[in-house]
Amino acid sequence: MTAPTGARRSLVDRHTAFVAALREAGLPVSVAEGLDAVRAMQVIDLGERETLRAAYAATLVKRPAHRQTFDTLFDLWFPAALGDGAVPPDRPIRRRESGERRVPPALDPEVQARREELFELLLSGDDPGLRQFARTAVAEYGQTPGQESWFSSGVLRAMSAETLMARLLNSVLTGQDRGGMAEQVARRTFRDRISRFEDLVATEVRRRIAEDTGVERTARLAVRPPLERLDFASASRADLTALRREVYPLARRLASRLTQKHRLGHRGRLDFRRTVRASLATGGVPLTTHHRPRRPHKPELVILCDASDSVSAFAHFTLLLTFALREQFSKVRAFAFIDATDEITKYFAPGTDVVDAMTRMAAEADLVWITGRSNYGHAIKVFDEKYADAITPKTSLLVLGDARSNYGELSLPILRRMVDQARHAYWLNPEPRSQWDTGDSAASRYGELLPMYECRNLTQLAEFIEELA
Amino acid sequence: MSLNPDSFFISPADVERELARAGYLADDSIATTVFLAQALGKPLLVEGPAGVGKTELAKAVAQAGDAELIRLQCYEGLDEARALYEWNYKKQLLRIQAAPDGQAWDSTHDDIFTDEFLLERPLLAAIRRSGATVLLIDETDKADVEVEGLLLEVLSDFQVTIPELGTVKAVRRPFVVLTSNAARELSEALKRRCLYLHLDYPQPDRERDIVLAQVPGIEAELAEQLVRTVGTLRALEIKKAPSIAETIDWARTLLALGLDELDEAAVARTLGVVLKHVSDQERAAKELGLGKPSLKS
Repeated sequence: MTAPTGARRSLVDRHTAFVAALREAGLPVSVAEGLDAVRAMQVIDLGERETLRAAYAATLVKRPAHRQTFDTLFDLWFPAALGDGAVPPDRPIRRRESGERRVPPALDPEVQARREELFELLLSGDDPGLRQFARTAVAEYGQTPGQESWFSSGVLRAMSAETLMARLLNSVLTGQDRGGMAEQVARRTFRDRISRFEDLVATEVRRRIAEDTGVERTARLAVRPPLERLDFASASRADLTALRREVYPLARRLASRLTQKHRLGHRGRLDFRRTVRASLATGGVPLTTHHRPRRPHKPELVILCDASDSVSAFAHFTLLLTFALREQFSKVRAFAFIDATDEITKYFAPGTDVVDAMTRMAAEADLVWITGRSNYGHAIKVFDEKYADAITPKTSLLVLGDARSNYGELSLPILRRMVDQARHAYWLNPEPRSQWDTGDSAASRYGELLPMYECRNLTQLAEFIEELA
Repeated sequence: MSLNPDSFFISPADVERELARAGYLADDSIATTVFLAQALGKPLLVEGPAGVGKTELAKAVAQAGDAELIRLQCYEGLDEARALYEWNYKKQLLRIQAAPDGQAWDSTHDDIFTDEFLLERPLLAAIRRSGATVLLIDETDKADVEVEGLLLEVLSDFQVTIPELGTVKAVRRPFVVLTSNAARELSEALKRRCLYLHLDYPQPDRERDIVLAQVPGIEAELAEQLVRTVGTLRALEIKKAPSIAETIDWARTLLALGLDELDEAAVARTLGVVLKHVSDQERAAKELGLGKPSLKS
């Protein structure tokens, strides 16, 4: 912030570097939008950090999915504090010296005092207080003696906010409320505040790292891909929940786009009667022709999906999405397999709860034959024996799986016959293309029979579904 | 670009104050974005789930700025004739038939393409108004893609070309608010020209204040309980999360039923006000431990 040419120059530099970092993280920021942001800065009070954040967000971030990336980068480029920040006089920061003997956190009176403070903050939900507390906590516990870098794990372990939950609940609930709705509501409120605290600690740790090693480097390490580009395989539990939430809005968007596409499609056959009638107005000359609406193409869908653990997350999303798009497909039948195959359509009846469907499918469907490891060959054989009638000339066959058959049989001839019977057949593979055919993957041998697509995130999945319908 | 001389607001804090007077509780980012939209003279695109107060924001801005609100409701099949302007054919026809015999075609022609025969639609009306105007283009995502092209033209230069009359330029730029439920991704070009505000479900504190402001006579404690419960419902995996509007409806329902505490029985009786899918109600009943939801009441 202390460029020789003055604060103005330094602000412009910071702005351009920030915009460059946003672009590098995948946000499509145009030159015009960058200029808008600069204009916005001329009319707002730059001293207010949250106003500046809002101004940048309004001018540069035009998709909700990009907001998290933006916030992470904003906190790095426009940090809330430098070094230890403004330390409240009554609470000096105490750092451990490298030679000092380590006391287990549970016995350390200093840690206990801090936890008491955290307890009060979580109880009252005081956000500025929590922010200040996170800063102090990181300064004190974020750096193990003798180590150079900063870690949030040390802070979170020392504070172990989760273990405060029981006391927090005790202090707001009276005996009769326990176990009921009131507890659920209170528990969620506190869980939100605790995760807010963890976020604040993570932000603070990133800020300290950035001060030590440079903003650009930290930014590259800190930014995660937005949800729609997140790899199914590398999604965390929280990501999976967020992804599941995304399925309905995505289905709605896809559905509206598909109906639009159908409407815009080629016109149908000439409607002779309407054309002649309309020509009466122009003296018998058919100036405008009328056409019958084109019959929308609604494929019957048969989904055959690998439900083994390695690809289950991916299979869930694909199933959810296709069932959410029921109106777009005249009939959907789904089959899951591990080393045997069973029909799972009934678990996805309209209006069923998403989570229930998944658990019931895992518990009730008969998917395991011997080993419980994927065996594509046997699974295809079972499908052919039990459900061969599912595939008709109107069917689109969709196989979901990583084509890893644990070196077992492949049943290529049976699959070839199934593909020939179906109107279309596709294979979606959640593995990156570079890993196909490595180890026990039979990707290209199956790929010879039916086109195989890489499908690793929501964007690719949505693109494929759009092509299919 | 300098500050608009006849601007509504002078600072984000001023926006917050004025909107509050109009009955809309804005947070920091809403206030800043509204202020910027006005200061930079750019349209404001407000996106977010249904029922978080997108349309209300436009109405509140109009009220706070003492401006007239002109609303263009978008729907499938909306076209230029409904959005921009249209010639009043019937009246033109009458004029031609009523013309005295000797009148030359040229003068008739000049006569029937005048202001008198022009039917103004919302976009043109907003541009031609000389007073302060807020133009609300509601549910932009419902309109067809072609309408976006039309909006691009109007919103970037604030002028409209009518072949028979010439170009109409805005005397005074209206404050434009576009809303969208994100049922369809709006085009990059349109987004680029707008400032963007994503409205989401509010923080519990703000939602409580909204309930207190909108539902007079409700106890602060009940409102607090209510928004926390709604927050818990939103966190569940349900199809349609309850909106602010539904929270307010719920508060009114409780008030009308004379319930002053939100316990399991009260929630079970009134869950239909906030959750409108059977599967959502069942899920909520299970997660919150309500027993069987009574769908009849």
